[in-house]
Parts: sequence; structure tokens; C-alpha cells
Amino acid sequence: MADEQRNIAEPAKAALWRRPAVRSMFFQILLVAGIGYFGYTIFQNTLSNLEQRGISTGFGFLDQEAGFGILMTLIPFDETHTYGRTFLVGLLNTLLVAGLGIFFATIIGFLMGVARLSRNWIISKLATIYIETFRNIPLLLQILFWYFAVLRPLPGPRQSIILNDTFFLSNRGLYMPSPIYEQGFWLVMLALGIAIIASILIARWARKRQEDTGQQFHSGIAAIGLIVGLPAVAFLIMGMPLSWDFPVLQRFNMAGGMVIIPELAALLVALSIYTGAFIAEAVRSGILAVSHGQTEAAHALGLRPGPTLRLVIIPQALRVIIPQLTSQYLNLTKNSSLATAIGYPDLVAVFAGTTLNQTGQAVEVIAMTMAVYLAISLSISMFMNWYNKRIQLVER
Amino acid sequence: MKKIHVIASAAALTAALSTNAFAGATFDSVKKKGFVQCGVSIGLPGFSNADEKGNWSGLDVDVCRAVAAAVFGDASKVKYTPLTAKERFTALQSGEIDMLSRNTTWTLTRDSSLGLNFAGVNYYDGQGFMVTKKLGVKSALELDGASFCIQAGTTTELNLADYFRSNNMKYTPVTFDTSDETVKAFDAGRCDALTSDQSQLYALRIKLGNPDGAMVLPEVISKEPLGPVTAQGDEEWFKIVRWSLAAMVNAEEMGITSANVDAKMSSDDPNVRRLLGQEGIKGSGLGLSDTWAADIVKQVGNYGESFERNVGQGSALKIARGLNALWNKGGLQYAPPIR
Repeated sequence: MADEQRNIAEPAKAALWRRPAVRSMFFQILLVAGIGYFGYTIFQNTLSNLEQRGISTGFGFLDQEAGFGILMTLIPFDETHTYGRTFLVGLLNTLLVAGLGIFFATIIGFLMGVARLSRNWIISKLATIYIETFRNIPLLLQILFWYFAVLRPLPGPRQSIILNDTFFLSNRGLYMPSPIYEQGFWLVMLALGIAIIASILIARWARKRQEDTGQQFHSGIAAIGLIVGLPAVAFLIMGMPLSWDFPVLQRFNMAGGMVIIPELAALLVALSIYTGAFIAEAVRSGILAVSHGQTEAAHALGLRPGPTLRLVIIPQALRVIIPQLTSQYLNLTKNSSLATAIGYPDLVAVFAGTTLNQTGQAVEVIAMTMAVYLAISLSISMFMNWYNKRIQLVER
Repeated sequence: MKKIHVIASAAALTAALSTNAFAGATFDSVKKKGFVQCGVSIGLPGFSNADEKGNWSGLDVDVCRAVAAAVFGDASKVKYTPLTAKERFTALQSGEIDMLSRNTTWTLTRDSSLGLNFAGVNYYDGQGFMVTKKLGVKSALELDGASFCIQAGTTTELNLADYFRSNNMKYTPVTFDTSDETVKAFDAGRCDALTSDQSQLYALRIKLGNPDGAMVLPEVISKEPLGPVTAQGDEEWFKIVRWSLAAMVNAEEMGITSANVDAKMSSDDPNVRRLLGQEGIKGSGLGLSDTWAADIVKQVGNYGESFERNVGQGSALKIARGLNALWNKGGLQYAPPIR
């Protein structure tokens, strides 16, 4: 009897395998081990199959001489460099077009998003037409359209459109002079750095002063003055240590100077305009999400329309816009791999294209390429999430 | 019970993943499915090109058809997979196609590190240049500083770099995925010259807006032996492809054509009798029927017939036999004897 009573008050511990916690732990470990074993088997199978079929494996190919040329490189590259270098060249070209694309797409998107909400009938209808046209045509077609639309009407290099003997526009690209930095240019760069830091400090001081006293200070004008003025003074002091390398027409092409190749221009235009249309809609949704009462309240407090938009509407709209904007930035970066269709030497065209084909090491090359896109996308994602958290409504 | 299930399914998965294509696997699967899956180009007139009804023809396509004729006695039992230069080796390595017949250059790297076997040479080619006539260039050595339209993933890219490096000249490569895009960009004036295997240059010239405005320069800057390829690991299948091509060349050498093959059956020449399966080892060594070679000649024709019909005088390309004439007529086409 005594035993029974004790059992009711405090039940005896169940056998180990009957405890829910132990059981669930057991099956979870089993599942993880199963998945791990599955992955390991795939890996081992791939390796042994590649070996049995006589396909070489490993990353040794990265040290081999590439032996082919690349149209556009941001770092020095020629045929004697390695396959590893082609990876870098492709990566930088991808980052370049993605970075510029994000910049232009954001500007286009914000302008068009606001324009679509404009009270001006023409402006709002034009924005609507732009958005609905460009976001409903496949991107690949748009890239091909811009490429051949850019190429066809332009003259050959010998009939270049010449502006002031400095800019040469032909179907080989836009050639312009490239700067050559001479001795003493470091002082100009140093002055620029000091000016930028000073501008930031002034802006902070101005904000604090406004919060304390309510008096405004035009820190923007001061910043422009500093950033232009200080390097200019340094430039004159050092005796203008800068010269230009002008492009010169040779038998077939221009030589010297800098060039924006038509492939880059076409890809950039297509990506910016396509993604801009999506960003415009994100911006519109963000602005519409802020209730009209906010505008009325701001006006009642005496804010003019400009500051109302800047200080009241946009900060609240951003909370809605940012998550969508993040997706669009990621899309743009990944879509830049369509470059391969028009011969822009991005990571996919150079590394996952030519290098893969010359070495035949598909597994390694594709794995590296996927890892790069994953890393770029995760970085963008992390940055945007950080920014999103920063602008979240602080509830008091 | 659950545990046993997990172990059983893991074992089943492992078993499924470890199957791989070994000894005779390709040949067996070809026989089982009843057709040859052949990788060809996306469209290169004369070599592998589809007409508006979707019927493929060309010199490379004829190799696929010859293999089908040898295996099934029916040259039409081929299914085609159009591939870009970039895709071709992966398609073969992964077993998506049984053989590749797509103007592919035989090189050491490809033969030794891609897990492939080159079964022979069905066209001796070399890299050349096409320029517009108004450029006024007579030789490739005048092309210092020019830009070139090239197809990605080809030996062309490497040869071009080598040629300009060894001649100490500068060039700009503009690389495209497909030969169609390459031609379009050349036509739009993006490059001064288009470079590719010479046979392709003639084929691509037809696709230009104004073919007469372009010319092919005389220089040949590389050796490009093009031939059919199989995946490593099935020697039986590899030999069938090799000997199907050899049978076509041998038939031309013996004067056997699709028109006279039936009459030649009663020939007294022992070489002819061995080729047509009247005596000797016949097809048994290859695992084929006695009349395998006769079927090829009857349905596809000999090498010479195929050449003239697709790229020679009977075609729009009008390429001369040149290097591709038989060895006893001043060319390089030479097949091991059938005996």
C-alpha cells in the first residue's frame, strides 16, 4: 500500500527508451547521421566515378596556364596567367556589373515609383507604361535587344563619332582618356580623405546643434565646398600632377585610353531598367503603406512638402520597401549571369564557360561558381537585414 | 522496426548511387532502347544541320547514322541532341548521349583528362580567319590590333592566343556562347574578323547578311582533326564507332558505293568480300551482324559520297577534298584494313 501511494505522488522513472526526451533525441541523432551518411556517399561516389572514368579531379588546374584571352579585365591579365586568375577576372567583372546595376536600378526605381504616384497625369501614366512594359518582357530578350540596339546603329571604329578629340564612340565601345597619376598625386588623395572625414564631423555637429538649439546649418553646402575645394588646392600646390592617356585610332581599333565596351553598356542598361521596374513597384507600395494621416499631421505641424516627404513619409515607407529591395538586389546579381549570352566576360562566361571547357573539371568549377554567387547574395542579404533592423520603428 | 527501415532505405540509396557505366554498359543500353542518342551541333550547315522538318543531315550526322546502321541495320534509328561547344563534353560524360559527333578537335588534354575516347578523324580541319572584304586585309599577319569574334569553349580560343603570342601581335577576343551569336556580332561589326575552323567559316559565311562581302584568309594556323567521341569505360561501344567510320573510308577505297553495294556482294575480290560480310571474321568480333558494313554503305554511303553530298560539290559549301582525300589520292584519310 505504501508503495502504491508513493507511486501516485511521484511516479517511478520510466525506462530509458520510454522517455519522450530520450526518444526524440535518439531519432534526431539518427536523422542527422542518416543525412550525413547520404551526403558522404554522394561525395565518395562522385569521386570514385570520376576516377574510374578517367576524368581528372582536384583543384590543381587553378595553377595551370590559361592560354586564352579575355575581352575586358579589371586586373592585368594575359594568356600566360593561370586559370585561378581567370576566376578573379570573372568575379571582378560580375561584381562590377552587379554593383553598377544596383546603383542605377535603385535610382530609376525610386524616381519611377514616386512618378507613378504623381498627381500629374502624363508623368504617372508614363511611369505606369514603363513599369508594365519592362517588367513583363523576359530579361534575356531585353539584353539581346539592347545589345543589338546599341551595336547596329553605331559606326565602325574608323568612322567613330568624335567629341572634342577626346571621346570616341563606335561599335567597339566608348573610348575616353584614362588618367595617369604622377608623383605628388598622393597629396590630392590625402586632401580628399581629410575633406570627407571633416564633412562627416560637420554633419554630426550640425545635427546635434539643431537638436539642442533648433538652429539649422547647411552642412551639405559646406561638405561640397570641402570635398571640391581641398583637393583642388592640393592639386594646384603640387603643380597639377595628372596627365591623360588619349585613345588613338590605329589600323583596326582604338588603342590606349579607357573603354566602356558595348557588352557592358547593354547588360547594364538591360539589368537596370528591368530591375528598376520592380523596385518602382516596391517604392510605390511602401509610400502607399504610410497612412495619409501622417502627411496631414506633418502639414499641421507646419512642415513643407519637401521635408514632409524626406523626414516623415520616406523613413516609414522604407520599412516596407527594404525587404522587397533586398530581393531585387539579389535578383539583379544573379541575373547578371545572363551576360554570357552577349559575350560580356562575367564569372559564368569566363570561368564556368571557357575555363570549365578547357579543363573539363565541371564539378570543381561549378561548385566554386555556385559558392561565389551564394557568398555575394548572402553578403547583400546580411547588409540589407542590418540596414532594415536599423530603420525599424523604435517603439517607445 | 523503424530503425530497420532506415537502414534498408539507406542501403537501397547507396546501391542506386553506385551503379555506373562500365564494360559494355553503353552498348547494352543502346541495344535495349533501340536507338543511338547522338550529340551534334546546334546547327552547322554541312556538318550537322536540321531542315525545316527537323531532319538532320551532314558529315557528322552521317557518322551517327553509320553507327545506327551497323548496330540495328537501320540508319534512321538515331535521336539527336543539339549541343553548344560548352555543353558537349558534360553531356557525354554524364551519359546523356551515347556518342558525340560534333566537329570536335582531338587533343591531348581532351583525350587524357576528360574521360573521353576519340574514335577517329572524319574531317581534317585547321583554324582560319574570315574578314570583310572592305577591310582590305590579305593575310592574317596584318591583323595586329584587331578584334575577333570567337565561340566559347573551343580550341579556337587557345589557338588564337598562341598565334598572336608567337607572332608578337595584339588582339581583342570577343567570346560568344553559340556560333549563331558569333556570326550575328561579326555581321553587326563588333569584330574585325571571325575565327574558327576553316570548314565552319565557309558554313557560317552563308549565314551572313551579305556573304559576298566577306572572305576567308589563306592562313591555316592550327591542326584540327575532328572526329566522333565516346565516353571512356565501354571499349566495345568505342570500337563499334571507330570501325563504323573505318568501314566508310574502306568502302570508298574499294569503290563500293550505296548504288553498287548489292552488285559488289558477288565480287571475287577478297577485300570486298570481307568488308561486305561474305567471308572472314565478319561482325562477330564487334558483336554486330555479318552485314554491318554493307548496311552502312547501303544506307549512308561511303566516306566520299557522304563528303560530296554534305560539304563537297553536291552541297552549298563546295569544299574541296584537300586533306580529306584518300591517302592514295594525296589526302590523309586512311583507315585500318578490315580483315
